[in-house]
Amino acid sequence: MSVDQATVRRIAHLARIKVSDDDVPHLQDELNAILRFVEELGAVDVAGVEPMTSVLPMPMKKRLDAVTDGSIADKIIANAPESEDHFFKVPKVVE
Amino acid sequence: MSDLTELTLAGARDALATKKISALELAAAQISDIEKARGLNAFITETPEKALAMAAQSDLRIARGEAGPLEGIPLGIKDLYCTDGVQTTAGSHILEGFTPAYESTVSANLWRDGAVMLGKLNLDEFAMGSSNETSYFGPVISPWRRKDSDKPLVPGGSSGGSAAAVAARLCFGATATDTGGSIRQPAAFTGTVGIKPTYGRCSRWGIVAFASSLDQAGPIARTVRDAAILLRSMAGHDPKDTTSADLPAPDYEAAVGRSIKGMKIGIPKEYRLDGMSPEIEKLWAQGVQWLIDAGASPVEISLPNTRHALPAYYIVAPAEASSNLARYDGVRYGLRAPGKDIADMYENTRAAGFGKEVRRRIMIGTYVLSAGYYDAYYVRAQQIRTLIKRDFETAFAAGVDAILTPATPSAAFGIGEKGSADPVEMYLNDIFTVTVNMAGLPGVAVPAGLSSEGLPLGLQVIGRAFDEETLFAVAEVIEQAAPKIQLPPKWWA
Repeated sequence: MSVDQATVRRIAHLARIKVSDDDVPHLQDELNAILRFVEELGAVDVAGVEPMTSVLPMPMKKRLDAVTDGSIADKIIANAPESEDHFFKVPKVVE
Repeated sequence: MSDLTELTLAGARDALATKKISALELAAAQISDIEKARGLNAFITETPEKALAMAAQSDLRIARGEAGPLEGIPLGIKDLYCTDGVQTTAGSHILEGFTPAYESTVSANLWRDGAVMLGKLNLDEFAMGSSNETSYFGPVISPWRRKDSDKPLVPGGSSGGSAAAVAARLCFGATATDTGGSIRQPAAFTGTVGIKPTYGRCSRWGIVAFASSLDQAGPIARTVRDAAILLRSMAGHDPKDTTSADLPAPDYEAAVGRSIKGMKIGIPKEYRLDGMSPEIEKLWAQGVQWLIDAGASPVEISLPNTRHALPAYYIVAPAEASSNLARYDGVRYGLRAPGKDIADMYENTRAAGFGKEVRRRIMIGTYVLSAGYYDAYYVRAQQIRTLIKRDFETAFAAGVDAILTPATPSAAFGIGEKGSADPVEMYLNDIFTVTVNMAGLPGVAVPAGLSSEGLPLGLQVIGRAFDEETLFAVAEVIEQAAPKIQLPPKWWA
């Protein structure tokens, strides 16, 4: 499988990465080089093979559904590019 | 003592314990060497004040007889580990200036045991790379050079700063991480020892995530013994990481020097690649002979799915990365680039904040997870992962104790020499290491000789899950038998 330029733009949008018109052709080449590299996997017989979900057999541990932390709003917003009164500020999303 | 920083970690530990040297002297010696070595670009952030304050505390604890196992030992921390109050960048512009309010579990374990922090080490951006050339903060220059040449070489990656700093004696050991070979390949390129432990052996909590089912923390050190000492402190169960194994960390140092007599060492025939460099082939055969001399017996084994590991990795790792890196959106931390609305702000931020290789991998990951392609790519890659793991299980079930392979297909290359036209050229660096991550197993790279150009070459030992002790025993045999690697003269200082 290979990607065309429209697909490159669609993936970039899904990934929320802006691409310029100049970027598209070489991105297309690079993505297609990687897709060619993984193409041989299509020939592997995987009939009846379970897809791996956990690399080592270990039961998923669950902790108690209890509050273990909190009241650290200052710390949480400390690295925010923009914040106000313990809120993250973003461009307007609702008209 | 004439040159404190020429000591091994074990040697420094013993000299500190017997009060021949002080932690403060040791830290001061390293700080001055780090200043002189800025041309190598191994550190993104130096923390000399912190190092001196921690060393002073160490000296007090040593005086009181309360020294921890790493008391007073100066270490470097890969800048993928979050450090409380110290900038943590993951080598990316998008996290420049990010200052965590918490400490990663593994680094916290090292401070608990008395270690001293020298600073944060350079790496490929988000640990995506094999040469340290994708770092936003510039490439790391290897302390090694080819014979009769001063062309700058890569230290490998992604833990390039860690490997270069250890090889240049800028720290007594360093933390690193390994998703497809990022500990073992740079260790092999710099004549240092690097171990990727079993998945789950070290907590991933507080380490910036790349591909969560493959990422694992481990040390890079000057000797096998030093790596064993560091891993014992780094490892252990952590309730904050659900994939952390509920097992105590063994005394790995006790395994160093253990006999390997009677062990069966698997030699996988699929690792004998077409067009393999005769130098690498010779090194591998030499390694087998050293193990025979120590009483082990080699057996040829087959790991038939080896050739599928790297392509499958380039589906699984980007898929997980695209999901993990979705959090960098200009809202909660890091860079924000303005936009006309929120979606535009996201897109501008991520275009400005991520480098080329990271953008490429996020896009591949997005594509293989997108509607209509998920089964063909992602599910199939995870099925192949099951087959790769099964290959190893079959070999171990037949009585193999450990597996010996080359660590890398070549010695270190020059800056700018690889991967500029075709990204896959760079990916091939991990051909011998990536299977181990896909199967969750432990693997260690240990220096075994020099190339014709005078550069280090390493061998890899792969073990059963949670049997790092056998790896340390086998690696020590190789280290003892191999010609002593003379670290490069300090041309940078």
